[in-house]
Amino acid sequence: MMGDVWTISVLIELKPSIRDPEGETILRDLIRRGGEKSVEEVRAAKLLRFKVRANNREEAENLVRTLCDELRLYNPIAHVCNVWSDR
Amino acid sequence: MNVTILKFPGTNCDRDVAAALERVPGVRREIVWHTQFKRSSTDLLVLPGGFSYSDRLRAGAIAARSPVMDVVRDLIDDGGLVLGICNGFQILVEAGILPGALLPNLSTRFICRWVCLRVENSRTPFTNLFSEGQLISMPIAHNEGRYVSGGSLRELRSKRRIIFTYVGADGKRGEDANPNGSDGAVAGISNDDYNVLGLMPHPERASDPLLSPYGTEHGHTLFLSIANYVRGRA
Repeated sequence: MMGDVWTISVLIELKPSIRDPEGETILRDLIRRGGEKSVEEVRAAKLLRFKVRANNREEAENLVRTLCDELRLYNPIAHVCNVWSDR
Repeated sequence: MNVTILKFPGTNCDRDVAAALERVPGVRREIVWHTQFKRSSTDLLVLPGGFSYSDRLRAGAIAARSPVMDVVRDLIDDGGLVLGICNGFQILVEAGILPGALLPNLSTRFICRWVCLRVENSRTPFTNLFSEGQLISMPIAHNEGRYVSGGSLRELRSKRRIIFTYVGADGKRGEDANPNGSDGAVAGISNDDYNVLGLMPHPERASDPLLSPYGTEHGHTLFLSIANYVRGRA
């Protein structure tokens, strides 16, 4: 196959309006318990990292975006999904 | 009544459902591997609980994209009955067959206990032998049961598609009675045509009075309701 290998990251996180109990627990029972008061919020999320062979960065990102939408790697009712290239 | 119980890798409540259906007169039931499922003459398709594909990505997300789900959609479009229990409910939601999302419980814990439910709509194929507003008992066992409606709660209510809600023993909704933090205390919903029901509680584990701490068999009543509906339709 032609082209370079691109590293594409996908961050799937809950919409801001939806409570994230994992982030809340990290904040309440780890960070604040340790005495740190300046952190106001922690949100947990899922990161997927793809290695994609493509002719250019845009093509690689677009492929991953399409996969995210078509295979519903995120649930659009609950999540926001960000796709970016690391290379 | 012919019942097909669909099994994905990681499904583990299929035999419990089969055992519960054994107590329903006139039922022929079969556990079918997801790649082997054909429409045939199924009156009811059950997507049982478990951990399909180890809950990878999200509970139900990978099974929801299986080729068999196209067959399930065709069956639903033709009026076939589909019951999704726990992980089966999660699969139906992830497939977009039922609206919303099922997210990790607000407690961040796996919750395994009996809960009290209110029957919000008894005029469905799945609940016709319950009375409206009846309080019933079933166990839940899940980590991802927090129903998030994505703004569709009002529509679900107005179309009477909320079938079961979590309540206290007094029949009232409240934070204490809502085990996972679901929007509107939703425990089970249907599609627009009421031929698909998804619920987090396990009716198959509430079908034998010997297994209920209250001596109840409300899960059995749910399965009898389905048989009653199918008989009436024949």
